[in-house]
Amino acid sequence: MAKQAEKKNLESPAELEQYYRDMLFIRHFEEKCNVAYRQGKAGGYMHVYIGMEALAVGWMHSIKKAHDYVITAYRDHAHALLLGTDPVAVMAEIMGRKAGTAGGKGGSMHIYDPKNGFYGGWGIVGGHIPLGAGLAFASRYRGDDKVTLNFMGDGAANQGVVYETLNMAALYELPCIFIIENNEFAMGTRLEYHAADTELWKRGTPFGIKSERIDGMDVLQMKKDAQRIIDWVRKEGKPYLVEIMTYRYAGHGAADNDRQLYRTKEEEAENLKRDPVEKLKHILIERNIANEEKLEAIEAEILERVEKIYEEADASPHPDVDEVYDNIYTDMTPEKGH
Amino acid sequence: MASTLEMTYREALHKSMVEEMDKNADVFLMGEDIGRYEGTFKVTRGLFPKYGHRRVIDTPITEAGFAGIATGAAMAGLRPIVEFMTMSFSILALDQIINHTAKVHYMTNGEVKCPIVFRGPGGAAKQLSAQHSHSMEGWYAHVPGLKVVAPSTPADVYGMLKTAVDDDNPVILYENPGLYAMKGIVPDDPEFKIPFGKAQILREGKDLSLIGYSRMTHVNLAAAEILEKDGISCEVVDVRSLLPLDTETIYASVRKTNRAMVVYEDWRSGGFGAEIAARISEDCFDYLDAPVGRVGGLNVPMPYSRILELECIPDENDVVKAVRKLG
Repeated sequence: MAKQAEKKNLESPAELEQYYRDMLFIRHFEEKCNVAYRQGKAGGYMHVYIGMEALAVGWMHSIKKAHDYVITAYRDHAHALLLGTDPVAVMAEIMGRKAGTAGGKGGSMHIYDPKNGFYGGWGIVGGHIPLGAGLAFASRYRGDDKVTLNFMGDGAANQGVVYETLNMAALYELPCIFIIENNEFAMGTRLEYHAADTELWKRGTPFGIKSERIDGMDVLQMKKDAQRIIDWVRKEGKPYLVEIMTYRYAGHGAADNDRQLYRTKEEEAENLKRDPVEKLKHILIERNIANEEKLEAIEAEILERVEKIYEEADASPHPDVDEVYDNIYTDMTPEKGH
Repeated sequence: MASTLEMTYREALHKSMVEEMDKNADVFLMGEDIGRYEGTFKVTRGLFPKYGHRRVIDTPITEAGFAGIATGAAMAGLRPIVEFMTMSFSILALDQIINHTAKVHYMTNGEVKCPIVFRGPGGAAKQLSAQHSHSMEGWYAHVPGLKVVAPSTPADVYGMLKTAVDDDNPVILYENPGLYAMKGIVPDDPEFKIPFGKAQILREGKDLSLIGYSRMTHVNLAAAEILEKDGISCEVVDVRSLLPLDTETIYASVRKTNRAMVVYEDWRSGGFGAEIAARISEDCFDYLDAPVGRVGGLNVPMPYSRILELECIPDENDVVKAVRKLG
């Protein structure tokens, strides 16, 4: 009987399967991005989310989609995909194509989809944090009930403008959640080497911002914590800071091809044991929601879907050269020519 | 015909902001000491009691932070007017303005607009020395995605602030502190606007074009008076808008007078006047009877001593001297 009662608090099988599908989709999408990069279809800087899937899935399933605001740095594919951005447009953007989310002008680091509440996609570490607070400022100004998810990495947590923003967010009572995705590395510099105090969650407390550190490798816990925090911020109309412990299995970016410079293979192997995708897989089996066969079918379906996305994006045209001047301004172009 | 009023540059700016705030509830002000303290140059006097802390927002002294928050608010559809206590302090916000604000529209390929105005005094006031006297307009006019205007008269600042607030793009409205107390005639018309990208001829002449913007326009007018007595007839072109730049009006004047002198307060080397001079050289070469001349601020950090400070800032005598040298 006790077990029955406990079950009532559990997520529905459909929800669990959806989380699994979402996490696996991100993983394979990101793997495919790596393929695109290796094949020269994608260039520049590209940062994938492999290992961190539970984090974005937990948060994006807890907001009101196409209502709340989401903004992040350059590791941004997952956030967009989970908000409902057309994956072909995301892949096309990564390939620099006309059909991309920004017509090939942004690339991997600058995915935007404001219709779905996604405001990028920013390349300067910590630089977008005041912009996110500005979105929340608009909510405060208008008196609407939107919440802003303002994501950053652990490296950004040291930037000066982040503290300016935390101060103003607390001062003006902005409904903004500062989410530090702590994957333990600021590019190739380990947390201990870049942060005087490695407990980054404490950094909200001097401003009187409710702050905590939580685990981001278990999607079910992540979902519960995210929902709790979002509900609080929506109700109280005040900022919140949360440090989420995660780990990226991939390098910092596609150009990071020697991870052993900053971490050992043993450390990576150790961390693979808490792979959030594997963890959820076990739960699905444990709770009899899916058997191995079904899980394999899901994976095959996702792989096929990703393959189609890739092909469709790759078949789409590059931008026309004369589009280079489009959308610098709403109503004019700068002086043309070299 | 609409009636007119006489008022200072400061009052015109103030009146313009009040009218825009009354017209549109999405317009709000943000900046250091603009509310309770009424602004360092008192442009926002009386606005805090009138609109309250919701629309006249005192910020901490954190320029990057509030420039970024205002940019985010603009991305969400509000129309902030951000005051920098001096444009020199906007250097702390350069990453926000150049790397973020100016690029929002392009990086989203037109999906997101950023209707924001950054305004404040730029250039030398009086003995504020090296860290408070920067001319920043040339730095900003270098950046695609921004619009930069530098009105020289009360009527122009009145009309250009309105155009700036109405614009869906980020605008830098550059005010020289030496202009705030200057009086002029302003149309008593809340709908009065000065379009961007339109220079104006403030004095007709036939021998040489004196080209400048902001306070230097008045220096040019004074120089033209002096030169007139020497029998040199100068046309004074007030550029008003740096980005977009009205080359048509500038070129038409130079093609008529066949001589050009560009005057700007910013450091002579690499200042915006150099850009104007280069363009005239490129596009009006066949019309020129002499090389394009330039008068700029001395290439030194602004010193404190009034004597040294005045040495740095171009005045009408510097302009007259340069014109005579041009031959």
